[in-house]
Amino acid sequence: MKARSAVHPGQIVLYAVVILMALFCVVPFVIILASSMTRETDILTSGYNIYPKHFDFSAYRYLFQRMDVVLTGYKITGLVTVVGTIASLAISAMLAYPISLRRLKYRNFISGYVLLTLLFNGGMVPWYIICVKYLHLHNNLWALILPSLVNGFNIFLMRNYFSSIPEEMHESAKIDGAGEVRTLWSIVLPLSVPVFASVGLFIALAYWNDWWLGLMLIDKTELQPLQLLLRTIVSNVDYLANSSILATSIDQMVPREGVKMAATIITIGPIIFLYPFLQRYFVKGLMMGAVKG
Amino acid sequence: MLRELTKNKALYLMTLPAMLFLLFFNYFPMAGIIIAFKNFNLSNGIFASPWMHPLYENFRYFFTSDNWVRVTRNTILLNLLFIFVGTCVNVGLAILFNEIKSMWFKRTAQSLTLLPYFISWIVVGVFAYNLLNYEHGMVSELIAKFGAEKVDWYARPEAWPVLILIIFVWKSVGYNSIIYLATLTGIDHTLYESARIDGATKLQQIRYITIPLLRPTIVVLTLLAIGHIMNSDFGMFYSLVGDSAQLYPTVDVIDTFVFRSLKGSGDMGMSAAANFYQSVLAFVLVYFSNRVARKYESGSALF
Repeated sequence: MKARSAVHPGQIVLYAVVILMALFCVVPFVIILASSMTRETDILTSGYNIYPKHFDFSAYRYLFQRMDVVLTGYKITGLVTVVGTIASLAISAMLAYPISLRRLKYRNFISGYVLLTLLFNGGMVPWYIICVKYLHLHNNLWALILPSLVNGFNIFLMRNYFSSIPEEMHESAKIDGAGEVRTLWSIVLPLSVPVFASVGLFIALAYWNDWWLGLMLIDKTELQPLQLLLRTIVSNVDYLANSSILATSIDQMVPREGVKMAATIITIGPIIFLYPFLQRYFVKGLMMGAVKG
Repeated sequence: MLRELTKNKALYLMTLPAMLFLLFFNYFPMAGIIIAFKNFNLSNGIFASPWMHPLYENFRYFFTSDNWVRVTRNTILLNLLFIFVGTCVNVGLAILFNEIKSMWFKRTAQSLTLLPYFISWIVVGVFAYNLLNYEHGMVSELIAKFGAEKVDWYARPEAWPVLILIIFVWKSVGYNSIIYLATLTGIDHTLYESARIDGATKLQQIRYITIPLLRPTIVVLTLLAIGHIMNSDFGMFYSLVGDSAQLYPTVDVIDTFVFRSLKGSGDMGMSAAANFYQSVLAFVLVYFSNRVARKYESGSALF
């Protein structure tokens, strides 16, 4: 850089600021990762750091010895994410498709019905009572899936994409004798892969990261989603020891701070791992949404 | 009407599942908002519980406590602070990204700034605790290294509006700058070329081309954000502040207050009244901000 006289000082400032911003966003992740691999005594004497002074994996070892607890959380969140995402995509598309058709007479009424849910909401108190008293979702695994299954924003995102598909395409299918469901499945769906990928990613991320539904509706610890399990472990490391049926050793010195950090890494691990592959679809979806709403 | 319904029977039937879900989880709670005027007990449910005597009794209770002033003030002021500073940082970063010529550098930097958006507020809460806790927090350690007194952040309410602001920017800057960047990538490059030929400096180009072109997006996004002030991000406040009652004076918002009265103290009358107050204010704000946004640029608002 120095040798090239063409480099404008403004350019250096530009790159420096962007690098600082990127570091600002990433450093907390590095601290957690480093702390999860640091000898416990180092954390206790000199605090968290961005690199481990002495590598030590006893936090992970401790966690893996009590893997059954973490696995329960993983299973619940995994199940909720998979079932929730598929069901949500299907049900949303089934509403978004009809209201994307100009020939459907009452489509504006249905759009209005969806729109109103974005403008007004009753708030958490009546929502909570409806869920508990009338829908019997308290301590029920469905509580983690059903309440957030349909979201107006996703429906409008899909509708906008569907309406960009020329309706003559549907007509040709109809001449071939296909019904409406068939048309959606074999004509519209293959043409709408990008919107399904992006909206599916939004939904899956929301389910994976969700803890609000668990916080409101789940009290049983064995039904806790991963995020709440993490919170439980962070606020009480002994929870792991008490609820695991695998590990029996009691005398073992517990690397408390390390275990909290290792649990965090295990919670965000799948997201960080998939992030490079998924990010592109996410940004695309974001741009689709940015055009409207 | 019947003819239309039978003619397109399949299409209308398809919409039913989603319509039912919205009915259960959105429309029933809307109707349930009348709970604010009821003497609620769980066995009777929302609709069979007796009305309050007088009807506004729950509200009298809510408005005579000091709580409503505090949570309303915090909700509005904090969100205005987040919107103002957030917009400046987001637009700034988008402009910087737009100036970067190296594609891989731009893409890498963008990926790194977007990363925090992908993790939950619970995890962010752990991060924050990591940096700020008194015994081993990194910020405390750094301060100690420079010889100053360690700070117990969780006992300093006055610091939290700024701390939450920083965390808010940290989590959302990557996401929001992409939206602005999407607007910028659509700009006709000949505009810059002709400006350069006329001898405009880089800063002048940003000042007189980029920012004016971004203005509609800035205005619309700001308006829509103002519309959502009342529904402030519960997850952010809940996971960062949690049960640290010492911090309530500056960072307790309507959402966290309603949640605490509902799940914590089980004070149904108080939480129902606060909930009603929040829903009505939220609706008014969403409605008018969308109206204004539509006037400013048609097609930008929800309706």
